[in-house]
Amino acid sequence: MTAPRFPNVTRRNLLLGTGALVVSFSLKDHAFAQEGELNVPAKPPEPVAAGPKLPGSLADTPSLDAWIRIDADSSVTVYTGKAELGQGTKTSLRQIAAEELEVPPASINLITADTAITPDEGFTAGSQTVQNSGTAIRNAAAQVREILIQQASGKLQVPADRLKAQNGRIVGPDGNSIGYGEVVMTDMLHVDAQPKSKLKSPDAYEYIGKPFARVDIPAKVTGGAAYVQDMRLPGMLHARVVRPPSWFATLKDIDTATIKAMPGVVAVIRDGNFLAVAAEKEFQAVQAMRALTGLAEWEEKPRLPNEQDLPAVLQKSESEQGVVAEAGGDFTGGVKTFSAQFMRPYQMHASIGPSCSVAHLDNGTMTVWTHTQGVYPDRKAIAQMLGMPLDKVRCIHTEGSGCYGHNGADDAAGDAALIARALPGRPIKVQWMRDQEHLWEPYGPAMLTKVSASLDASGKVVNWKYDLWSNTHSARPGSAGALLPGQLMASGYPPDKPVMSITPLGNGDRNAIPLYSIPNMRVLWHFVADMPVRVSSLRGLGAYANVFSIESFMDQLAKEAGADPVEFRLRHMEDPRARKVITTAAEASNWSNEPMPEGRGRGFAFAKYKNHAAYLALAMEIDVDKETGKIRIPRIVSAVDCGEAVAPDSIRNQTEGGIIQSLSWTMYEEVNFDNTRITSSDWSTYPILRFSAVPGSLDVHIVDNPGSPYLGVAEAAQGPTSAALANAIANATGKRLYNLPFSPARVKATLGV
Amino acid sequence: MKLNVNGSTHEVDADPATPLLYVLRNDLELNAAKFGCGLGQCGACTVMVDGKAIFSCLTPILLLEGREIKTVEGLGTIDSPGPMQQAFIEEQAAQCGYCIPGMMMRAQALLQSKPDASDAEIQVTLEPNLCRCGTHMRILKAVKRARELMKTAAMAPASGERKV
Repeated sequence: MTAPRFPNVTRRNLLLGTGALVVSFSLKDHAFAQEGELNVPAKPPEPVAAGPKLPGSLADTPSLDAWIRIDADSSVTVYTGKAELGQGTKTSLRQIAAEELEVPPASINLITADTAITPDEGFTAGSQTVQNSGTAIRNAAAQVREILIQQASGKLQVPADRLKAQNGRIVGPDGNSIGYGEVVMTDMLHVDAQPKSKLKSPDAYEYIGKPFARVDIPAKVTGGAAYVQDMRLPGMLHARVVRPPSWFATLKDIDTATIKAMPGVVAVIRDGNFLAVAAEKEFQAVQAMRALTGLAEWEEKPRLPNEQDLPAVLQKSESEQGVVAEAGGDFTGGVKTFSAQFMRPYQMHASIGPSCSVAHLDNGTMTVWTHTQGVYPDRKAIAQMLGMPLDKVRCIHTEGSGCYGHNGADDAAGDAALIARALPGRPIKVQWMRDQEHLWEPYGPAMLTKVSASLDASGKVVNWKYDLWSNTHSARPGSAGALLPGQLMASGYPPDKPVMSITPLGNGDRNAIPLYSIPNMRVLWHFVADMPVRVSSLRGLGAYANVFSIESFMDQLAKEAGADPVEFRLRHMEDPRARKVITTAAEASNWSNEPMPEGRGRGFAFAKYKNHAAYLALAMEIDVDKETGKIRIPRIVSAVDCGEAVAPDSIRNQTEGGIIQSLSWTMYEEVNFDNTRITSSDWSTYPILRFSAVPGSLDVHIVDNPGSPYLGVAEAAQGPTSAALANAIANATGKRLYNLPFSPARVKATLGV
Repeated sequence: MKLNVNGSTHEVDADPATPLLYVLRNDLELNAAKFGCGLGQCGACTVMVDGKAIFSCLTPILLLEGREIKTVEGLGTIDSPGPMQQAFIEEQAAQCGYCIPGMMMRAQALLQSKPDASDAEIQVTLEPNLCRCGTHMRILKAVKRARELMKTAAMAPASGERKV
């Protein structure tokens, strides 16, 4: 018998205690709107669509001209509802469109997320850009090319099957040709896409899978205007917000006359607990913000739990229980049963550039430039917050510093809009300060997991019980209550009620189901509705803690079974692509069980992200200094399969980055708080990885599958990296760490030094 | 007061207590130096003053009259990138790219004063600068590449254009 696999698992939500079945549904082709992945098919889209369903995001926005525009001068414009977040989207989407349209990628004008002109593709999240938007653009481009050929056929008096598209022209057998712009007619592309497209075959690719320099890098390394932080509009004012010192704090009466009299100050805005200042010059705004901070008195409430008791707090706060997976039902077999408990603290997105936004209320229309991951949902929230009609609010994605999920971007956009409403006609730039980003961004939720499993006499896992305690990982906008200014303003909107949602995409339960073949399995999500601190989506959602737990425990079981950790994984793995990345990483790293020098260890881990996106395995070698508890990492070797590799260097870049970021989370990161305030307010109280800790070498091997569906890759490394490190420490020292992060103090304590 | 930035003198009308970063970004409209923390903890604002890397978010302009300030804009242009910029483009050493100008200026200060800086010295020098995307491996590669390109540029006949 094999492990439950997507999409054959029936999932249910059970009312805690009663066991009564309240909701029951089978997986559908369309998942529910959650965690930034609206209308995502449960199955990876096929490049050559087989059924009536349109490929990728064409399913939601079928009209070809929503994606591709060709002007009379033959210029090509491509529209995507997805945003560039530093993952190289502006480049890879051009490669995809160029491939089917037969034009050079650099000639394409690409328009990204803008509520006035691009398709609504929900959030740019969950490693879905190439998978959904890329698939839509690819198919739309191929269909547009065929329409152009059909049209040219009439004009050139040559049968369509003897024509081909080439470098922006339709070319006939005798070399006669006609430019795209001469063929295109009004509304010609205003037709719905067909389910099937005539896609180029991989052996004819000119751009997909080929090295192609990122289009955004030259400006970013030469001082070009690249970010919302770099915007300067005529008449623009600089604004700063003054946040409460803690959650639940309320602002007492305040006389702001002295602040208004400060040099350059144009306005002090107070709306309930929302406080801000706008000034002509930026440093004037900073000085006024500081003075206002000193002046403001707040009533604070000590409502945070004891951070030392987080596992107990999470268990106590359980409000509902959901079955993530059930298979078999015999939990009595096996000769030996093992169990373990793992803990992940609250962790930050911790963007290097604090959130920023520019807003302008002009002639009754509010335009907001924002580095949000979802311009459409953000527009909805801002319109509700301001009481404005949706069509009077426009959100334009403008790059910011890397976000890695739901950081302060949407809140800053709300701040800017609220201030701009008070100062019509003047563009307002809001720049958060460092402590504001650290203290007010929504954190990645703390999670507790417990696992127990039994081995039979042959060393196979015969049953597996897994319990996870977690908040929702989705508190993104859509409603005004998801915005900080929406919550703080006098007419305060309450935050949305957290809802447990179990879908194929996964949330807190993302990757909670092991991909391994285990005949008897039960996975439960103990849902925590009340949030001790504000939480939302952080890169990978629950996958980070779940893969950390599963892959740590698999290693532990391998040791108990007296097996090599790689062989033990393969013993339980049927998926040939999973086997391939596991063996590729093992071979490339010269995996072996040869003894290593004192203090050195090797660790291995694997996951298929979301159980339906990219496959990733990695091996690492580490040194543990028992005296200091410090970890050094001489070498990491990884292998990744994300289907057809569109932009190999971007895949490498994202994977390297994912591994290093996950090392940072795993070795250092934990949000600290006392009973009233968050105390991780800057880089000294929330340290992250610096250059002295980077691995000696980091290799990424891409297992390419030309012609196969794109699989999201940008978050695939987060989970496996943490477990590989835990496994390497266990291999080096004989002691395993179960609680994140592996700070030197914790390493020393675990080693009993 | 007068500030010398990238070889030109600018008359700046600002409170002398203003950190250099705000003057660069707003008064002079130079985008490269970034606001990251305002605390000297992340290095996103790093620029060079008299050849040394400094945190522009912490340095008030009153300390800078008559001193040579250099930013990424002074290393080259998009059409004619300098060796440090060329190296970061060649190595595709950016994800979001927000921290990169600060990295480049700290590396530039090192390599200008020590053209043969070792790999280990490069790594130690970059310690004050944070990257959140995890682009560290590429940043190190790019700075090593810049070390070579800067030597080639230094040996080439002085065209002025590539000189740093």
